[in-house]
Amino acid sequence: MTAIDPTAHLTAEQIEELGRELDAIRDEVIADRGEKDAAYIRKVISAQRTLELVSRGVLLFSIFPPAWVLGTAGLSVAKIMDNMEIGHNILHGQWDWMRDPKIHSTTWEWDHVSPADQWKHSHNELHHTYTNVIGKDNDLGYGIMRVDEDQKWHPFHLGQPLWNFLNACFFEYGIAAYDLELGKNLNKRRRKNPEFRARAKAVGRKIRKQVLKDYVIHPLLSGPSFLPTLAATFTANLVRNVWSHSVIMCGHFPEGVQVFERRSIKGETRGQWYLRQMMGSANISGSKAMHFMTGNLSHQIEHHLFPDLPSNRYAEVAVKVRALFEKYELDYVTGPLPKQVFSAWHRVVRLSLPNKPSKPNEKPTVPALEREPELVAV
Amino acid sequence: MTSTALRSRAWKLLEMVTTPLLPSDYLDLVSPLRAGADLRGRIEAVHPETGDAATIVIRPGRGWRGHTAGQYVRIGVDVDGVRLWRAYSLTSPTNRQDGRVTITVKAIPDGKVSNHLVRRAKPGTLIHLDHPTGDFVLPKTKPAKVLYLTAGSGITPVMGMLRDTEFDDVVMVHCAPQPHDVIFRKELHDLVADKKLQLTEVHTDTDGILDIARLDELVPDWAERETWACGPAGLLDAAEKHWSEHGVPERLHIERFRPSIVVTGDGGEVTFSTTGKTVDADGATPLLDVGEGAGVLMPSGCRMGICFGCVTPLKAGAVRDLRTGEITEAEPGVLIQTCVSAAAGPCDIER
Repeated sequence: MTAIDPTAHLTAEQIEELGRELDAIRDEVIADRGEKDAAYIRKVISAQRTLELVSRGVLLFSIFPPAWVLGTAGLSVAKIMDNMEIGHNILHGQWDWMRDPKIHSTTWEWDHVSPADQWKHSHNELHHTYTNVIGKDNDLGYGIMRVDEDQKWHPFHLGQPLWNFLNACFFEYGIAAYDLELGKNLNKRRRKNPEFRARAKAVGRKIRKQVLKDYVIHPLLSGPSFLPTLAATFTANLVRNVWSHSVIMCGHFPEGVQVFERRSIKGETRGQWYLRQMMGSANISGSKAMHFMTGNLSHQIEHHLFPDLPSNRYAEVAVKVRALFEKYELDYVTGPLPKQVFSAWHRVVRLSLPNKPSKPNEKPTVPALEREPELVAV
Repeated sequence: MTSTALRSRAWKLLEMVTTPLLPSDYLDLVSPLRAGADLRGRIEAVHPETGDAATIVIRPGRGWRGHTAGQYVRIGVDVDGVRLWRAYSLTSPTNRQDGRVTITVKAIPDGKVSNHLVRRAKPGTLIHLDHPTGDFVLPKTKPAKVLYLTAGSGITPVMGMLRDTEFDDVVMVHCAPQPHDVIFRKELHDLVADKKLQLTEVHTDTDGILDIARLDELVPDWAERETWACGPAGLLDAAEKHWSEHGVPERLHIERFRPSIVVTGDGGEVTFSTTGKTVDADGATPLLDVGEGAGVLMPSGCRMGICFGCVTPLKAGAVRDLRTGEITEAEPGVLIQTCVSAAAGPCDIER
């Protein structure tokens, strides 16, 4: 919770100027986007496919412990690459400009139980448009947690460290449930809605295919290595889930990230929209390998400003964006992964309890909103 | 169980193994030109023909069905990372022993694909192919006398014919600005030396543009000849008129190269081809709003260009990106974001 609006020192003109400067950064990348970028994503895709193929091959012999370890590690990395640097970014339309029908937001399907089109709606459309707006952006605690003082406390929240842990382990199912807005849709009347039923069916189909592949077909192909292969795939999915959950938690939950009330986005200008993205996101600092394995979501701030720019460009864009943060005296929230993960978890644990009574001179800028807790995940 | 049923079961199993990808996604890593793959070709060589034209030697994938002399092929080339499709006449004979085919490309000013192919294409590059098509071809029964009337790169489909089928009596009239602009000049002169061809070169820089009435003087018996003509619209229009006026329009076969020119402007008539609705749009209203205003069910999302929920094929015409001012022209496979695009001239949206 913020006692003081960290953007209060900016005038309306300054905010619009900031918007124009960000637009200029975007235009520069678009004008320069070309062959090198296309070669990059193609290389990443073929590396991912090769790694997955080889790892699955090694796992055929996973009855031997070294093969198990090697295959499991390879498959975990391959699954992370598929979901993060490749899937997430292609589904954002970051590579649509290549006009390659195979690497396109309208055709891509990923190694994940949530069907791509449903995820695109809940993530690209709802989360990215209404970033951190209480009541509009379900990513704020995924609808099962309280991650800001301005969200109303409910005894249900006492268990949120546990919900968050379970959500991390089974994150892909959590996302699928989240995309279906299960919490809202499971009541009797909404459950029968034909549109919801069709979407639930699609999720069921996708889950069936994914489970069949990972937990039946591949183990069967391994013959005597059936059980080790099963365990390996389970482990790889678990690693991928915990990893992506951690990275994604770092995007909007660490201390210092702002949330917004619903009426604050009425008639929002482009400059204000940009400012909200800047204040509502947090980065992870680290090496190139680190950025790659997070699908460049370590550049969450840049990603939220320009969700459709190719991910390989976020690093260079970040330098310019950070300079703007300094110019306009705004707080660029970033830190190494362990620190950000700790910060995010700390917030989850802290807010599982009701707010401490505030000091009389400290008033929240965002009034608490009435909101029912929703169970959407796990 | 029949072998087809077996094979389809095996394929189903493979699909389960590779889900959510397809087996072909993995096979493409190893063998992109194999039978059953999407049709592709590999550029094996680029031979310069003139200062601004080059012949591209392509090894087509195993699924290639072959062509008939005079036909063209659409190829998809990645230029600056963007896949662009263009049609080029095949210039190789149909019975080439090594299975390669060639296209001959003339770089046109500001032509993205033609300049790329002539000046920058590298052997080893994979390109995308469609099967050859077009009815600018020779008949099954050989005509006694043939006339080829060509100009500029209009010579390319005719070269495919010349290399493929020999006739007893062939005359060619070809126009180019200067002698060194004549594509395949050496080969043509060799054919002349072997008495396989009578050739008239019209050099338009010195002789001026060919006046079709001069045909009487250049090829006195032109009206008796089965004629294939290819070149700029002006030449072809004049030829059509000339042949009609002399009562022999059935002897003339023409191929028009240049697709209709896209007219770009500020706003225009928007056609939603699936629903059959047509409305006038200005240059500032997003096509999403235009469509909804016309009662077309449009896919939509955030309405601010970030969620890509509204992407829709642009079948014809041009649109302007309202954020950047960039113009996008219709080409096969072009999808646009209707929420941030406005009509830039008449256009056709698949909805």
